[in-house]
Amino acid sequence: MKSIQVNNIGKSYHQIPALKDISFGVEKGELFGLIGPDGAGKTTLLRILTTLLIADKGTATIEGSDVVKDYKTIRRIVGYMPGRFSLYQDLSVEENLKFFAAIFGATIEENYHLIKNIYSQIEPFKTRKAGKLSGGMKQKLALSCVMIHKPAVLFLDEPTTGVDAVSRTEFWEMLRDLKNSGITILVSTPYMDEARLCDRVALMQNGKIMNIDKPQRIIENFSRRLCAIKTKNMYRLLKDLQGFQKTNTVYPFGEFLHYTAKENDIDMKEIIKYLEQKDHEGIEMREITANIEDCFMELMNKN
Amino acid sequence: MENVPVIHVENMTKKFGDFTANDKLTFEVFKGEIFGFLGANGAGKTTAMKILCGLSSPTSGTIRVAGYDAYTQTEMIKKHIGYMSQKFSLYEDLTIVENINFYAGIYGLKKTEIKEKTQNLLTKLQLWDEKDKLIKSLPLGWKQKLAFSVAVFHEPGIVFLDEPTSGVDPITRRQFWEMIYEAAYHGITVFVTTHYMDEAEYCDRVSIMVDGRIEAMDTPSELKKKYQAETMNDVFTKLARKQNN
Repeated sequence: MKSIQVNNIGKSYHQIPALKDISFGVEKGELFGLIGPDGAGKTTLLRILTTLLIADKGTATIEGSDVVKDYKTIRRIVGYMPGRFSLYQDLSVEENLKFFAAIFGATIEENYHLIKNIYSQIEPFKTRKAGKLSGGMKQKLALSCVMIHKPAVLFLDEPTTGVDAVSRTEFWEMLRDLKNSGITILVSTPYMDEARLCDRVALMQNGKIMNIDKPQRIIENFSRRLCAIKTKNMYRLLKDLQGFQKTNTVYPFGEFLHYTAKENDIDMKEIIKYLEQKDHEGIEMREITANIEDCFMELMNKN
Repeated sequence: MENVPVIHVENMTKKFGDFTANDKLTFEVFKGEIFGFLGANGAGKTTAMKILCGLSSPTSGTIRVAGYDAYTQTEMIKKHIGYMSQKFSLYEDLTIVENINFYAGIYGLKKTEIKEKTQNLLTKLQLWDEKDKLIKSLPLGWKQKLAFSVAVFHEPGIVFLDEPTSGVDPITRRQFWEMIYEAAYHGITVFVTTHYMDEAEYCDRVSIMVDGRIEAMDTPSELKKKYQAETMNDVFTKLARKQNN
């Protein structure tokens, strides 16, 4: 039995489709990522799977229970961290944790081992009101509260959005630890680079899953030759490459531009010659392996 | 990029009671420069931005933005800058054209000027067919591109962008940066915050705030050299990790 099974789920808001025929399964103990920008349908999907919203079409089960018929069972065995900070700002750190344990009929003592690594970091501030915590500490408290009833499946909606790069790294380390304790995790994110931290990912755009696989396999299946190019004047380089007749795509990626050619026909010498004619200085060019974001953009262009 | 400072900040300090949100910040930003303003959550970026936009007054220090004083000439500062963020950009219940008219009107542009510039903008963004649609019906990517165009519609000397690409799809994110490059190329100074570390690489210079202070400031390549890091993400992690623990 899959921990999460989704079959042909569809959902529209006022005739505007938010999810179109979504199907996938998540194994027990898997860390599964929904990767996509705003408007991809990630939140709608998470709300359907946590029984907070009913789909127009299709079915889904969590640990074998149906999301419509067995919603009461599901609510007891899942943890859900919505996108917006959802704790009680006027309760202290400890009061929040006690509250969440109590409504699920659990105690902090019996499940403390599950959250020890995370909660011990904020325990020194346990009398502080949740609203007065820093962003990183709020996240740690939210994750503790959502884990304290020992859920079998954890749903996290964009836990790292708007969070700085360091806190994001720490958060993913915490998710790894939880996964290693056997819990199934479904997490959504708009940051493409976080895909590599998942066991498998679904790349989503406009209510559809464009691809679903292990991150490494998605990268291996990138169908084109890809080059990184850099010169002294990057804006002019971008414009010049956009004007080059053999260019298929050219996008800024950090300090380089990533370039693919029509017909997959990359002749490095020819490009360098062209750039030299355009008076570019400090030309660097090399062939590279794609990353998840390259793959995501290739899929967007195909769809 | 020219060697003319359009933002001049010397020992800028902002205190809230006992708490020092900005501790003696000193930097200059030049005409046509793309300046990345980075820092961990809570490092003091928003506080500093508010002062530079004339929305909050500093506790001490010398601050001039677009040639105006941040204590006594905040209204002049507001007239000469543009601003957009992910959270607030355009009015959802107004159409594209209504939003343009509204903002242009606020900045005191003349009717004939607004009309002509609106036509140019609609052509450039290929939005003629959508011009009478409500903002709320547009995809996020279009909204953000339009919001940026509206923020620079009155041709300000400086535009402040607060996480402008949060949640935007990867292709649109890059089109957005192309618009930033273009604005800078035409002499507009761009002051931008982001959590996407690859975007930090697109900036001419980057400053990184930690605990209310500017911990590092340089071009991305110099910063990577100095901190022996492969990417700006590594630089950021090395600097900000201290604070988080």
